[in-house]
Amino acid sequence: MSDDEVAADLRRRVAELLRQHDPATTDRLEFLRGRFDAGLAWVHYPEGLGGLGLPRAMQSVVDAELEKAGAPDNDPRRIGIGLGMAAPTILAFGTKEQQQRFLRPLWTGEEVWCQLFSEPGAGSDLAALATRAVRDGDTWVVNGQKVWTSVAHKARWAILVARSDPDQPKHAGLTYFVCDMTDPGVDVRPLRQITGEAEFNEVFLTDVRISDENRLGAVGDGWRVAMGTLMNERVAIGGGSAPRESGMIGVVADTWRKRPEVRTPGTHDRLLRLWVEAEVARLTGKRLQQKLASGEPGPEGSAMKLTFARLAQELSGLELELLGEDGLRYSDWTMVRPEIVEFTGRDAGYRYLRAKGNSIEGGTSEVLRNIIAERVLGLPSERRDDKDVPWKDLPR
Amino acid sequence: MSETRDLNLLYTDVEDSLRDSVRSLLTDRCPAERVIGAYDGDDSLGRELWPTLANDLGLAGLLVPESMGGQGASAREAAVVLEELGRFAAPVPFLTSAVIATSIALRAQHTEAVRGLVDGTATAALAVPFSAGPATFGSDVLRTEEDLLRGSVSSVAGALDADVLLVPVPTEDGFEVHLVAVSEVQMTPVVSLDMSRPLADIDFTDAECTLLIDATDGTAAVRDALELGAALLASEQVGVAEWCLESTVAYLKERRQFGRIVGGFQAIKHRLADLWVELESARAAARYAAATAAEGDPDRQVAVALAQAYCSGAAVRAAEDCVQLHGGIGMTWEHPAHLYLKRAKADQLAFGAAEGHRATLAGLVDLPA
Repeated sequence: MSDDEVAADLRRRVAELLRQHDPATTDRLEFLRGRFDAGLAWVHYPEGLGGLGLPRAMQSVVDAELEKAGAPDNDPRRIGIGLGMAAPTILAFGTKEQQQRFLRPLWTGEEVWCQLFSEPGAGSDLAALATRAVRDGDTWVVNGQKVWTSVAHKARWAILVARSDPDQPKHAGLTYFVCDMTDPGVDVRPLRQITGEAEFNEVFLTDVRISDENRLGAVGDGWRVAMGTLMNERVAIGGGSAPRESGMIGVVADTWRKRPEVRTPGTHDRLLRLWVEAEVARLTGKRLQQKLASGEPGPEGSAMKLTFARLAQELSGLELELLGEDGLRYSDWTMVRPEIVEFTGRDAGYRYLRAKGNSIEGGTSEVLRNIIAERVLGLPSERRDDKDVPWKDLPR
Repeated sequence: MSETRDLNLLYTDVEDSLRDSVRSLLTDRCPAERVIGAYDGDDSLGRELWPTLANDLGLAGLLVPESMGGQGASAREAAVVLEELGRFAAPVPFLTSAVIATSIALRAQHTEAVRGLVDGTATAALAVPFSAGPATFGSDVLRTEEDLLRGSVSSVAGALDADVLLVPVPTEDGFEVHLVAVSEVQMTPVVSLDMSRPLADIDFTDAECTLLIDATDGTAAVRDALELGAALLASEQVGVAEWCLESTVAYLKERRQFGRIVGGFQAIKHRLADLWVELESARAAARYAAATAAEGDPDRQVAVALAQAYCSGAAVRAAEDCVQLHGGIGMTWEHPAHLYLKRAKADQLAFGAAEGHRATLAGLVDLPA
């Protein structure tokens, strides 16, 4: 089938969905379930799992038709971890049963997901993580502390990496699980950050029991599974196909247009340089997306994230300078636990402070440069003295 | 903010195969040591190379419709050719003759001029300084009462290869474009920063001329041709940056100091990673400029200014880092790094400097001073 024929077929399927589940009279969740069952949730997923096995790019046909019809969506901003990280991992490494059990309520948003990867002692060096998973018959008993977990307090499930074999070198002894966040051994505490709010949590795991049925991938294969997840995260943070002047550049450009009194020749030149960089970054993301349309995420996603973080920081800094006296004020330092976080949200001071995290979360800019240098350019790897040593013997 | 269209920013199979032919020919016929010869007075390489590229590969008529004997290709294919010419710092007048001058001859529907340009028997150049941009070009060559041209133009690229010149002549109603045989003018070669694209100063002393485009369309014709040149120069800059990065990475994988491969030092790795990110960003910008030019897309003015504002600096940075990261050998005459540094820096000034392109953007995207 040509692209046009596929698009026509998709429009026909959407029309059928809308006929069977009129958005005006159907309960939101019922509609979303119907959409998933019709294969129109994410068309690049396989049939029976919310998709039709089509190229990723065809999704826009479905989204446009549904938007025209005023159909409800699954509020993707609220379930970003599930959609962007858990789902592709379950699809790539999960069993048929796991895919059937988890993907539908994940996509509809009935079940929120969070991610239990980083630890106080394992940030960039994620493979050094110390949370232990000890097998006890058909279940695993998990103990440890995780950190930087957004929406942990709302989540039904978590993707979790834990150490199943401390006698192996650090990368080899890890196993990947789906963790039930309602287990009594899970304790979620807010983690306040420099913006004043607590967008993330610390998660303490004490004798949490996980059925072996909820293991993703083979025992000891957790590192490979986690790498698949993180590649998807970098695409999610840095990629996308936003229109011109989306994101931080749009915010600063608006300020520039609305407030002629803040303009100076120096800031004008800085703004134009950043506008050029932001637009080129957008085109680079678009080009990456065209490349990915048929394939899987590669290290190019790291490049997008690197650029995105730098521009967000420079632009939000420029915005405060443009505002002058107003830049000295901050909206609110009260500790809150926001459900949806937008890097371009709240006030200029918040945006400036929040952007500092962009070059740390999801891979620091320094680590991303190593990844590009080693995997794209083929330069020698960093020294890894800990690579072949059993994890239990590493200095800590 | 205006909507932008989804254009293909990748390379098509046809473009890749054109790239392969150009690259394989240049690999055989355009060795760096002969390009360097141009700085020592030996400009024979270009005179040998261009007829082969122009005729055997059909590059002279690449942008000319098939009905007029050309290849009927678009700006996208021309962009890929320029990437390759950039990779070799090849001393041929593809950009100045086959892109810029040819686009004006096509617009004038001057079949005779076009025929010569297509079959490679004639080469042409637009007589404006190489630094003149679509928004900034001018001319003080004037038409006398006897319909002869008088005046001068300095720093013209491609003129030394040209048989005919396309000369913008200001009138009260705008620019006319005249055709002048080089035998009518006094041409003085310029010792140029980039001798792989040498410049010339041109004196017109009662030069005979033929009107090609009158004042109703001449200004737009020159502006559009320079805009196309600027759009596609971005791809040449990508080619320059790509060669610089590739050769630097290859060298640093071999070079040892302190008992280690130099490319394994993190300070070097991070610098090269940043260069790669910048190269891939420049590629996206250049592809967008080529795609909008090919389609006559309404966003093409933004695309050109954007591509020039970005790619010119990216190529210069790649070439400067190429010299630096090669260490001492990068400063030598025999190593080709300097060819790319000189090409990149000259290209940065071509069609207007980045600041001018940013000023153009400020107007186009409503970010006033």
